[in-house]
Amino acid sequence: MKESGRTHPAVLVAIWVLLLLAPYWLGLVGGYTALGARVLVLGLAAMSLNFLLGFTGVLSFGHAAWFGLGAYGTGLALKWVAASTPLALLLGTLLGGALGAVLGAMLVRRRGIYFAMVTIAYGQVFYYIAYRWNALTGGDDGLRGFSRQPLEIGPWHIDIAANGVAFYYFVLACFAAAVALMALLLRSPFGHSLLAIRENERRARFLGIPVEFHIWIAFALSCVFISFAGGLYALLNNFADPNNLHYSLSGDLVIMAVLGGMRRFWGPLLGAAVFVVLQDYVSSLTTNWMSFIGLLFVAVVLFFPRGLLGIARRRSLA
Amino acid sequence: MIQLLLFNVTNGLIIGAFYVLMALGLSLILNLSGVINFAHGGFLVLGGYLAYTLTPFLGYWGALIVAPLLTAVLGVVIEQVLIRRLYGRDPLYSLLMTFGLAFIFEDATRYVWGAQGLPVTIPAFLGRPVSPSLFFITYYRLFMVVVAAVAVTLLFLLLRYSRVGVRIRAGTLDLETVSTLGVNVGGLRALNFALGIFLAGLSGVLAGGQLGLDPTMGSGLLMPSFIAIIVGGVGSLPGTLVGGLLIGIASGVTAVFFPSASEAVMYVLMALVLLARPRGLMGEEGLMT
Repeated sequence: MKESGRTHPAVLVAIWVLLLLAPYWLGLVGGYTALGARVLVLGLAAMSLNFLLGFTGVLSFGHAAWFGLGAYGTGLALKWVAASTPLALLLGTLLGGALGAVLGAMLVRRRGIYFAMVTIAYGQVFYYIAYRWNALTGGDDGLRGFSRQPLEIGPWHIDIAANGVAFYYFVLACFAAAVALMALLLRSPFGHSLLAIRENERRARFLGIPVEFHIWIAFALSCVFISFAGGLYALLNNFADPNNLHYSLSGDLVIMAVLGGMRRFWGPLLGAAVFVVLQDYVSSLTTNWMSFIGLLFVAVVLFFPRGLLGIARRRSLA
Repeated sequence: MIQLLLFNVTNGLIIGAFYVLMALGLSLILNLSGVINFAHGGFLVLGGYLAYTLTPFLGYWGALIVAPLLTAVLGVVIEQVLIRRLYGRDPLYSLLMTFGLAFIFEDATRYVWGAQGLPVTIPAFLGRPVSPSLFFITYYRLFMVVVAAVAVTLLFLLLRYSRVGVRIRAGTLDLETVSTLGVNVGGLRALNFALGIFLAGLSGVLAGGQLGLDPTMGSGLLMPSFIAIIVGGVGSLPGTLVGGLLIGIASGVTAVFFPSASEAVMYVLMALVLLARPRGLMGEEGLMT
């Protein structure tokens, strides 16, 4: 099953070695550790979206909503509930995941363009709530006044609050756990049913797969994963703002998935790395970075519709 | 209180008329070509700015006609060069393409005309209030509603009675059959795209006279237009008309009682419609769902 995106073991080892050693080599190539953490978080977000987009074939264009809900949930929990990083992350993930599951139930019969439009519109609801509800969310200025707390695991005290490298490894551990779970889900009979729905929905239905129910579960899972990523993003910045919920972030996440290759498991991570690094670099060079990002969208659609890994694969088959 | 309510209802109606103009353009393109044009707001802004530049040469009335036409011409060029390639492919790609174009539009208008807001100068008599007791209704506000109404009426007459209009409507239902009957589908789509973009440019000129112009105004008007289409029902132009007016008035009335919820009410309306009638108020089951 090449299509399910099973990765060659050597490539897998290379990916993990690169990620594990990132704090040591990023500085050598002009990067910094926080940039690495940003790639991991947005990469996880793009992979969560791709669980739906690439592996179920459902076009959600409003996933920033669940990402931002995770971010706000985590920030609010740290601020008002308890000064515990894991608890805040859990509450943020639950907030985004639960709302995603409820609203997703209303969407499962829609397909294609209609699904995309409704998901965009739903996403904007939360943007306006965050933007307008000053008292709770800080409105346009964003949510401040919380910061990630050191981890206390039994006798160990890990200072992820002040130490950037320690925080990177915390993010990497969370990323690894989420990605492993995602891979397990995709390899399970449930994951294969999702692929069947993507490839031929009608046939999947005739085979007795409850299509709507599967899409709903996939949507909810994808929301849980991306809220988790959003929570990590709030911890990374010690800040959450309405742009975390805006549909332009949804578009960025989709382009990351497509740029890397949405039929491959690791594609979105590659796409996120390229996108984040380019954005960081270009916005330091020119104020017209929006045009640059726009041109990137157009170029990807025209020249790399199968993504960077899609090209590599076509070459290796030829 | 009555006056405040009246003010906000008329305000809502005027905003609704904008949503309708913009959403009808989006809807036309969506129905025939299956493309959600994210760059629609960009075309709207461009129309407004072109009017700003043309007014000193052509006067307001000349600019009101010429600016949307120029916008439509640019629209066709972009359709022919970029968007046409994506017809019939996964809607994901046209979404991403127009999404990127929206970024480029916003940045380009900022580059050419600057980030500060600019006014579109309107003829002096249009700026006057209708009467002292109705001081909040200027002639310009009435004028906007009239222009929008005329444009919508002409559009519906065109679609109902002209040969091209009949083909566009037929193409919405079954493009393949229309094609086998010998209609040049490529040309039809280009023309239809131009029509949609013309409406965007026209709403840009009208909006510029009331709100002034700034490069980000397009994205702010885009989302209500989406909601107008969803509420009215994807695939139905009369639905879009009703949807746009409905959310305009709903947000106008909400602004009286609960100003900070004036955007949220549109989404509530959308959620209610989707729950009670998933295809939208006037949408047909099975079309593009």
